Amino acid sequence: MNTGDTSFVLVSAALVMLMTPGLALFYGGMVRGKNVLGTIMQSFIIIALISLEWILWGYSMAFGPDKFGIIGGLEWFGLMGVGLAPHPVYAPTVPHQVFMIYQCMFAVITPALISGAFAERMRFGPFLLFSLLWATFVYNPLAHWIWGDGGWLGRLGALDFAGGVAVHVSSGVAALAAAVILGKRKGYGTEEMRPHNLPMTLLGAGILWFGWFGFNAGSALSAGRLAGSAFVATHVAGCTAALAWIAMEWKLHGKATTLGAASGAVAGLATVTPAAGFVGPLSAALIGLMAGVGCYLGILAKNRFRYDDSLDVVGIHGVGGVIGLVAAGFFASTLVNPGGADGLLFGNPSQLAIQCVAVLTTIVYTFVITYILLKVVDKLFGLRVSEKDEIVGLDLSQHEETGYEF
Amino acid sequence: MKKIEAIIKPFKLTEVKEALNRLGVQGMTVSEVKGFGRQRGHKEVYRGAEYQIDFVPKTRIEIVLEVSLVADAVKVIRETARTGEIGDGKIFISAIEDAIRIRTGESGRDAL
Repeated sequence: MNTGDTSFVLVSAALVMLMTPGLALFYGGMVRGKNVLGTIMQSFIIIALISLEWILWGYSMAFGPDKFGIIGGLEWFGLMGVGLAPHPVYAPTVPHQVFMIYQCMFAVITPALISGAFAERMRFGPFLLFSLLWATFVYNPLAHWIWGDGGWLGRLGALDFAGGVAVHVSSGVAALAAAVILGKRKGYGTEEMRPHNLPMTLLGAGILWFGWFGFNAGSALSAGRLAGSAFVATHVAGCTAALAWIAMEWKLHGKATTLGAASGAVAGLATVTPAAGFVGPLSAALIGLMAGVGCYLGILAKNRFRYDDSLDVVGIHGVGGVIGLVAAGFFASTLVNPGGADGLLFGNPSQLAIQCVAVLTTIVYTFVITYILLKVVDKLFGLRVSEKDEIVGLDLSQHEETGYEF
Repeated sequence: MKKIEAIIKPFKLTEVKEALNRLGVQGMTVSEVKGFGRQRGHKEVYRGAEYQIDFVPKTRIEIVLEVSLVADAVKVIRETARTGEIGDGKIFISAIEDAIRIRTGESGRDAL
C-alpha cells in the first residue's frame, strides 16, 4: 500500500463527488426559474440514492467476481469482502474500499447526467425509481464490461480511461431514449424557454471542470506520471473545445456566448475522458477541437430531428463520448501510457476497430435497456407530470417550494 | 392634481430623478417594468436556438403633483430621458381626484 496514492485517490473521490452538485448548478441555470429546484434536486438526491445502491449491490455487480464477462456476481453484496487490503488488480496500492468509494462517485454522476434530457417535466418518484433501475441494469453491467476484472470489452482490449463507455456514451444514449419517450415540454418551440440564470450555469461548469481533474487524473489510481499526463490532456481538451465552440458560434450566429464557452468546455472534458490517460497534449488539443465542433453540430441536430433533449445531453455527452472513444483508437500511444495500447496513428489500426465495437455495443445495449426501463416505470407509475403541474413548475408541484422570493 | 407616468430607459433613472428633485418634486414611485412599443425587442441565441425577445426592460416613474408644475415636469423628463434613439419611452398624464397622507390624514395638495 502507498500513502501517496491513497491520499490522491481519496482527494480525487471528493473532487468527483463535487461534480454532481456542480452539474446541478450547470443544469439548474439552464431551465426556467419555476423548475430550478426540481432540476437541482434531480442531481443532488442522486448522490444519496446511488451511493447506497453502490455499496449494497452496485459495486458488486460492476467490479465483483466476473460471470461470463458480462456482469459481476453478488458475492460482494453490502461490501462483504471489500475491505481495507488493496485489490491486486484494480488498484494494488490503495485500500480496496478507497477504490470502491472513488468508483461510487462515477456511478453517481452518470444517472444525474441523463436528467438534463427530461428536465422540467418528470415526476420525482418515478424519476428516483428509473434512476435506481438504470444504475442497476445499465451502468453496472457497462462498468463491468469495460473496467471489471474479466469484463469482455476490457479483455477485448478496448481503451476507456475514465468513462467513455459507462458514463458519457451511456448517459447520452439514455438521454435520447428518455427525450423520445417523455416527449417535448409543453410549449416547446412556441414558448420562450430561455435559461433563467446563466451565471449559475457558468459556476456549475467551473465546478465540473475542477472536479474533472479528479475524474480523469484520478483514474490513474496512483499519484505519478500517468496522473500528470491525464491531468494535462484533460485541461488542454477542455480549453480547446471551449474556444472551438465559441468560434463556431461566432461564425454561425455572429456572437460568442458564455453558455457556449461553458458548453464547449464541458464537451471537451467529456470527450477527452476515455482518452485522457493514453494521449499526449497535442493529441488532446485535437480531441478538444473535434469536441467543440462535433458537439456543437450535435446540438443543432436536435432542432432538425425535433426531439426535446432539453439540456443537450445527447449532443454533449453522447456525441462527445463517441468522438472520445473513437479518438482513443486514433491517438493512443504507448509512449504516453505503456499500460495502454497504440492507436491507428501509431501503427495499430486494429485498436480503432476495437473502439468502434465498444461504441456500438454500448449504444445498442443502453438504448434498448433504457427504453424498456422507461416504458415499465411509465406503465406502473407514469413518468410525466400533469399538464397543470408542468405549467406550475416542478419546484411547487413536486417539492412544494420555490427557488426565488422577490 | 395630476399624475405623470413616465416610461423611460432604465439607465436614465438617476438623471431624471435628480432633475425632478431640482424642480421641487418631493417624491416618486419607481417600478421595473417590461414592454414594447415601436422599438420592438431584440434577438437572443442560446446554444444555436434563436429567441425573439419582445418585452424590453423599462423603468416606470410615477409622480403626482400640482397642476402648475406639470408642464415643467414634463419638459424636464423629456430633456433628461431623451437620447434621440427609438425606445426612449412615453409620458402619460392623468387627473387625480385626491391624495391622503396616511400618517396625518392631510389631504389634497397638503398631502403631496
